[in-house]
Amino acid sequence: MSLTDQTQSDQTQSDPTQAETEPAIRTTIGPHLLSVADLGADGIAEVLRVAEAFAEVERRSIPKVPTLRGKVVATLFFEESTRTRLSFETAAKRLSADVLSLAVASSSVKKGESLRDTVETIEAMGIDAVVLRHSSSGAPEQVARWVERAHVVNAGDGWHEHPTQALVDCFTVRQVLAEGAGVEPSSLGVSCFAGLRVLIVGDVRHSRVARSEVLAYSALGAEVILAGPSSLMPASLEGWPVTVADDLDGVLPSADVVSLLRLQAERGSGAFVPSLREYTAGWGLTQDRVGRLGQHAIVTHPGPMVRGVEIASDVADLPSVVVTRQVTNGVAVRMAVLFLLLGADSALEGLGSTRG
Amino acid sequence: MAERERSHTRPLGGRFVPTAQVLSAADVQRALVRMAHEVAEHNGGLEDVVLVGLQTGGVSLAFRIAEILNETEDDEVPVGTLDVAFYRDDIGLRPVLPEAATEIPVDLTGMIVVLVDDVLFTGRTVRAALNALSDFGRAKSVQLAVMVDRGHRELPIRPDYVGKNLPTRRDEMVDVSEDGVSIGMLVAK
Repeated sequence: MSLTDQTQSDQTQSDPTQAETEPAIRTTIGPHLLSVADLGADGIAEVLRVAEAFAEVERRSIPKVPTLRGKVVATLFFEESTRTRLSFETAAKRLSADVLSLAVASSSVKKGESLRDTVETIEAMGIDAVVLRHSSSGAPEQVARWVERAHVVNAGDGWHEHPTQALVDCFTVRQVLAEGAGVEPSSLGVSCFAGLRVLIVGDVRHSRVARSEVLAYSALGAEVILAGPSSLMPASLEGWPVTVADDLDGVLPSADVVSLLRLQAERGSGAFVPSLREYTAGWGLTQDRVGRLGQHAIVTHPGPMVRGVEIASDVADLPSVVVTRQVTNGVAVRMAVLFLLLGADSALEGLGSTRG
Repeated sequence: MAERERSHTRPLGGRFVPTAQVLSAADVQRALVRMAHEVAEHNGGLEDVVLVGLQTGGVSLAFRIAEILNETEDDEVPVGTLDVAFYRDDIGLRPVLPEAATEIPVDLTGMIVVLVDDVLFTGRTVRAALNALSDFGRAKSVQLAVMVDRGHRELPIRPDYVGKNLPTRRDEMVDVSEDGVSIGMLVAK
């Protein structure tokens, strides 16, 4: 509250020099979150900054704020999910939004209703945000073209992207780095990512998390290295800001972050490797390989983990494996995303934003 | 200093231009000393008293009041900070983003909370702060200390400790900084 109530929105600035040159609306995200590419480095930094404030809310004895009272968030999951759906719904509830959870298995979708009609039906009920997971890449983008006022959040589409997971991973990595340095995570900004070596291991081909992570980490200035069986690498890596390592053991010692991916059996990954044992021998994070990791290396996994395949069971319980922390942080990060998309809604409209 | 510069910069690029200085830095210090003593007098000491500075302008004032109190009183007074961005009633009317940390060092149940802010204007920030406080426990009482009360209340809220009552026009701005208190206008660039 540096001035008066009249100037509350001064708070939207943390960098006065930027305010000199630009109008101060820092909500660089929206109207939808379909891809990490929508955010850019500034948008990611903003999400991480706001998520830090929500992480504090989560530590309170009553972890709930009235921020999005009266808003309705619908989760529309055409693919099974435990953590992402729970995480979004918890986030919306902690912001005091109302949550509608459409169970596709028991909805009219089973009667043959098209995606478009389903979306139009729920939008007609006055929904402010649709959190969508779909097995088809690009489904959220299509839905975003159909909706008139609702915000669309991509909660994972086919092989394409899973932007909030990448944001959670960045948030978690920064948190661990900050603890190592003995400082507050927010004080690091996103400069801590510059030059960080991020190794993404496994089924990159079928992984939407990998695509979002590549975009997020590289936007923040990290160096991204992919490793995995060549049959599980994307058909073309042209234009990807990555290098590919043929040998996992060679790159492990220099990695600051190791992002393990799940072998996606439901997308037919099994057919791309001779056997699970062979996959584990070549690309799994075994006890032996953990020994090669640097002392401060952080291991992330978007979950669900398949112990014994991409990660050895003992390894999964090591403190450097931050999977549980990723789940915890998931709520704060998704609160930030919902808040940034929904919170400044009419303000942006009033100021002539492009949202129509 | 970033904080002060920020308070001079309006959302759409306007700039605070002071027209008159109302209180000097020394006046502000005297007002803080008086308010600190009033807090102790009113509550018969500092038992169960906790100061909570509102982000961002109230925080430094809260710490300064605590400093004064700790010199004169035996009890040490805890100081917290509170960002009310998530509790404002104008979310959606303008972009409201959390700027700074909320840190309440003690459970507020049964405590006497003294909210500290720099300027009291419409009262909406204080309303949001009251909401926010209730999430940290049921305080025995909540009091309000402000450096400047500039009028134009939109809610039934009044301060308990005031540095200076300052009649203003609605379109004027009041700035509280380490150099004192000035009144001014916002000028488009």
